[in-house]
Amino acid sequence: MTMPLDAGTRPILERSYLRIRGAGLVSSPANTLTTGVVALLIAWAGWTFLRWAILDAAWNGGPEACRIHAGACWPFISTNARLMFFGVYPQGLLWRPALSLVLMGSVVVASMIPRFWSWRLALAWVTAPTAVCLLLSGAFTAAPVSTNEWGGLPLTLLVWMIAFAGAFVIAVPLALARRSKLGGLRTAAIVTIELVRAVPMLVALYVSRFIVPMTAPAFEINLFVSVEAALTLFVASYLAEILRAGLQSLPTGQTEAAQALGLSYARTMQLVLLPQALRAVIPALVNLGIGVLLSTPLVAVIGMTDFLSAVREAASHEQEWPGCYTIAYLVAGSVFFAICFVASRYSRWLERRLRVAGHR
Amino acid sequence: MTQPRKPPAVEFAGVHKWYGAFHVLSDIHLHIETGERIVVCGPSGSGKSTLIRCVNRLEEHHRGALRVNGVELSGAEAQIDRVRREVGMVFQQFNLFPHLTVLQNCTLAPIWASATNRREAEARAFALLEKVRIADQAHKYPGALSGGQQQRVAIARALCMNPKIMLFDEPTSALDPEMVKEVLDTMVALAEDGMTMIVVTHEMGFARRVADRVVFMDHGEIVEIAPPEPFFSAPRQERTRQFLSQLLH
Repeated sequence: MTMPLDAGTRPILERSYLRIRGAGLVSSPANTLTTGVVALLIAWAGWTFLRWAILDAAWNGGPEACRIHAGACWPFISTNARLMFFGVYPQGLLWRPALSLVLMGSVVVASMIPRFWSWRLALAWVTAPTAVCLLLSGAFTAAPVSTNEWGGLPLTLLVWMIAFAGAFVIAVPLALARRSKLGGLRTAAIVTIELVRAVPMLVALYVSRFIVPMTAPAFEINLFVSVEAALTLFVASYLAEILRAGLQSLPTGQTEAAQALGLSYARTMQLVLLPQALRAVIPALVNLGIGVLLSTPLVAVIGMTDFLSAVREAASHEQEWPGCYTIAYLVAGSVFFAICFVASRYSRWLERRLRVAGHR
Repeated sequence: MTQPRKPPAVEFAGVHKWYGAFHVLSDIHLHIETGERIVVCGPSGSGKSTLIRCVNRLEEHHRGALRVNGVELSGAEAQIDRVRREVGMVFQQFNLFPHLTVLQNCTLAPIWASATNRREAEARAFALLEKVRIADQAHKYPGALSGGQQQRVAIARALCMNPKIMLFDEPTSALDPEMVKEVLDTMVALAEDGMTMIVVTHEMGFARRVADRVVFMDHGEIVEIAPPEPFFSAPRQERTRQFLSQLLH
């Protein structure tokens, strides 16, 4: 079909690359037909998107401009960016959620770099969410902001970060208890893990928000606390299983060598087994992280204004902005996609790097 | 000989052990004096690895008494950790910590198990790595070293704890033939320094050259104990003769 004219003079490497990449595309009439149809579909989808997003799009003006143009309504995004990304956080104090994003983003990025893997990183995962909570609530300042006004992307990231950091604190003892020789301890760990894993996240959120407070009517439990309690426990049960798998993947010789040197159980875990187990389960950790991040929009059902619900809120001015749901969700989707795509590429890169470095 | 008698370095008195119904150690009696070099040999499954793994309690014995430097090995956890700090062990599979550099492998236990400060631990580690002739690799990860190099690091790592007794569990069995010599040479040098050593090995040349006594085990029992010369030239037991004749062929 696309036989190059100068096939004989092309560099060999490039030709073999083409052959591998193009293997089976035109090897039989049926394959050629399929290739053609799929290529047409891709071209059509691409063209439609291009027309919608750029050629027919409204670029400036107000809602009227969007009524005239059939394509994307970019002014909606620029007008509503604040609502979409930061929810109803007081307008004059937007530097707080913005700074929070930067702070949390830096800690997450630092966590991805092997050179920074040490106990200081664990400290950063405690300090950053704490600092963000103080920052957002405006503690010790003249302008406190109630948690009900927190929202948008910083809130999503904060909820995720606290759940993950908290989950580690619970998951390590859970995983160790599950491997314990003490039968009672092991059973308790298994029951806890299996019970929590048997419950859908939505149910965990409902229980935490509506059932638990009934047992202590005297206290008013903050929505933020309810969400974190449910999410943390939920993530911890999955994390414990991942850690257990990591510990089990290590040869028994590692434990024996540490014991033979006179290291105690706690030191053996801390210095020898856990660091290796964590390296072994990084892909699973990244997977869990992505999964939890993509599940955070569920917190909206118990009334929290996470990123996605802030976007939905912003787009609910349907009368004013025609067809703005499409573009609003597209932007929200792109943000989630960008984060998850980077995370999954990172995970593959890291696996390769650790293999090369001989860390096993 | 007016010197007061020290307690034996290791003392097995009627030690038994079972794996389920399998009698892996049967009525073991063995006294090992400080400074003595013992080579343990025997067919696979004879219990020789289990025997030395009982000395630092990687395995528990079920009956009888086992004392290491006078400490009874069925006591409290803390006592066992103390014994372990005094007993170094080298494994068949090296068991270096792959996430730590050679130097960190050597300083980990001194720093965290016997509270040596970092600088002192590193100085000592370098001295011992020098002794096993591998100090130039101190900042590499174990995965970048050959088997023989890894095993020499493992020996240095054990020595960093200043052990009074060294256990070797088939230290050359996992090595390529051309690397066996460098490890055996290191062990010979250690023996010449007067270290108390218990070595499980099939290297009969090493046994001849270094051992004060050779222990032959079969089916969980000690069949024969003798100095190397009579052991190899005139074994008293039929089973020993059979084993040695198989080795020579």
